Amino acid sequence: MYFLALKMLFNDKAKFFGIVMGVTLASLVITQQGSIFVGLMARTFGVITDMNYPDIWVMDPKVQFIDDTKPLTDTKLFEVRGVPGVASAVPLYKGMIRARMDNGLFQNCNLYGIDDSTLIGGPGEMVEGNLADLRMADSVIVDVEGATDKLARKGKNPGDPKIPLKIGDTLELNDHRAVVVGISRGSRTFQSQPNVFTTYSRAVTFAPKERKLLSFVLVKAEPGENLETLRARITERTGLAAYTADQFKMLTVNYFLKYTGIPINFGIAVSLGFIIGTLITGFMFYSFTIDNLKYLGTLKAMGTGDTMLMMMILLQALSVGCIGFGIGAGAATLFGMMMSGTQLAFWITWQILVLSGGAVVIICMLAAMLSVRKVVALEPAVVFKG
Amino acid sequence: MTTAIATQQGIGADPAGRKLAVRCRNVVKNYGSGQSVVRALRGIDLDVYEGELLMLVGPSGCGKTTLISVIAGVLDRDQGECTVFGEDFSAMNSRQRTRFRGKTIGFVFQSFNLIPTLTIAENVSVPLLLNGVDRRTALKKAKEILSIVGLGERTNDAPNRLSGGQQQRVAIARALVHDPRLIVCDEPTSALDHETGHKIVELLKGVAMSGNRSLVVVTHDNRIFDFADRIAHMDDGQVDKIVGSAKELYGPNMQSANGGGGMS
Repeated sequence: MYFLALKMLFNDKAKFFGIVMGVTLASLVITQQGSIFVGLMARTFGVITDMNYPDIWVMDPKVQFIDDTKPLTDTKLFEVRGVPGVASAVPLYKGMIRARMDNGLFQNCNLYGIDDSTLIGGPGEMVEGNLADLRMADSVIVDVEGATDKLARKGKNPGDPKIPLKIGDTLELNDHRAVVVGISRGSRTFQSQPNVFTTYSRAVTFAPKERKLLSFVLVKAEPGENLETLRARITERTGLAAYTADQFKMLTVNYFLKYTGIPINFGIAVSLGFIIGTLITGFMFYSFTIDNLKYLGTLKAMGTGDTMLMMMILLQALSVGCIGFGIGAGAATLFGMMMSGTQLAFWITWQILVLSGGAVVIICMLAAMLSVRKVVALEPAVVFKG
Repeated sequence: MTTAIATQQGIGADPAGRKLAVRCRNVVKNYGSGQSVVRALRGIDLDVYEGELLMLVGPSGCGKTTLISVIAGVLDRDQGECTVFGEDFSAMNSRQRTRFRGKTIGFVFQSFNLIPTLTIAENVSVPLLLNGVDRRTALKKAKEILSIVGLGERTNDAPNRLSGGQQQRVAIARALVHDPRLIVCDEPTSALDHETGHKIVELLKGVAMSGNRSLVVVTHDNRIFDFADRIAHMDDGQVDKIVGSAKELYGPNMQSANGGGGMS
């Protein structure tokens, strides 16, 4: 009977495609919008992801997210180094700086000042040049997106393509000369501004004058040290906040979830996808059942029990659910692949697929429930009414 | 009235000694309630014997379809008794009733009720599948019986590719495939022309009756009355006559009695 139930569904091509379209739409919108949301959220902590060295990030207790730097005095670095269980601790400067373009305009950049001696905290991947070249005078490393777009030089003639920054080019950062010694690649950040890396000591000379300039202390724990214990110890001894990378990522994400309209906007898009998908699927599936009511009544008269009919309807609903989900999630994945390398934030995770699949199951169950109610209430005697 | 019919027409005792297939006593069925109540069956007494083709005739709205629905167990009666091969539907729960119906009764409907998205072989296999036969065996048996009704070459066709007569043949095959003991037919010829309708009833009589089955046929079509072993005439929710032939029912000039081609 289950096979026949599927044939009844698949052979009614117009209804079948209509129902699948509804599920596909819901699955596509939920997966695609969910992935863009996750991609955006992941960008908020891109810097933390790229700096895989530290076990613990130490910062001012008032810091709410990665870009919310509240500078510390340099002596805090030594206090952290003195905490038992800390194998090493290096400084990190993170701030905004203005780069003067050759056309006279200014471009804001993220400036990272990494430990002079160890160069810990540098970019994730070097595209050109070497990280060690940062030890050269006035040297900086620029990320590839910045070098090819926002910091690129204008063409010779109007309308000519931009000329990307290359090794040896110079920049003017806050009235200081800087020489490009490398091009790097890292995770995109939420702000989409060029990332410029240099040494800590040079960064604090580039940066606008402030009394305190140390943004973070990056800590490596001694082997075998319990990170939670060490975190607590650092906070107790220094009065600073200390987070593991994952905790700092969550702190950052939670800030954006709580204080920006991003979740609401994406939540509305996902909800609309769910509601529209439910309406289309529910209407089409109900319509399919109504069209077949005479035959379902016939089956009922001929000895098909309510349970069997319910199972047949559920099977039909879940089948279109699986097909629609597959197409929708596949299309969303394809979309993500096509958009890779563009500005679009897109990160499809198994959790999104589970969420999207769960939503599709709910849609199918709702659609099936409407039909099941109709079929259960159906009097088999209806078949004798012509 | 009921007692008189029972006495005159032999309800409860078959002169030929055949066993009872269906036994209805004082069956009452009402639709609605209060002032809008419709008394569809007003104390029906009726017996159908094994190996018998009984036709239920009468004007529209007289309760034929309601009675056949009660007999087939697809509609609950309000009062009275009705047993099919000694089993009372009202004594069964929903699952038992469904199972009994699926095993014991075959259905032929006025508008065939073939599922358009399935092949005719698949349509015919449905009663077997409901009785637990595996799909391959069910399809094999369905094709065999389709050959018997003359559609052995069309088993993979969709119902809408067949003529009305052919579709009704498929419906008959579906009603017979699981070897039920009782077949109920609701206006089996009303959607067919005279010649096709005649052939269909001929087929029903020939194939369906071969296994000592009982047939209850609801019809308006007096052209097929000659196939009946007995004819029960209903009016206003009651069986008012049970006769052995159309001539007994309408007299020698049946055409004029019916006002032409059929009763209404």
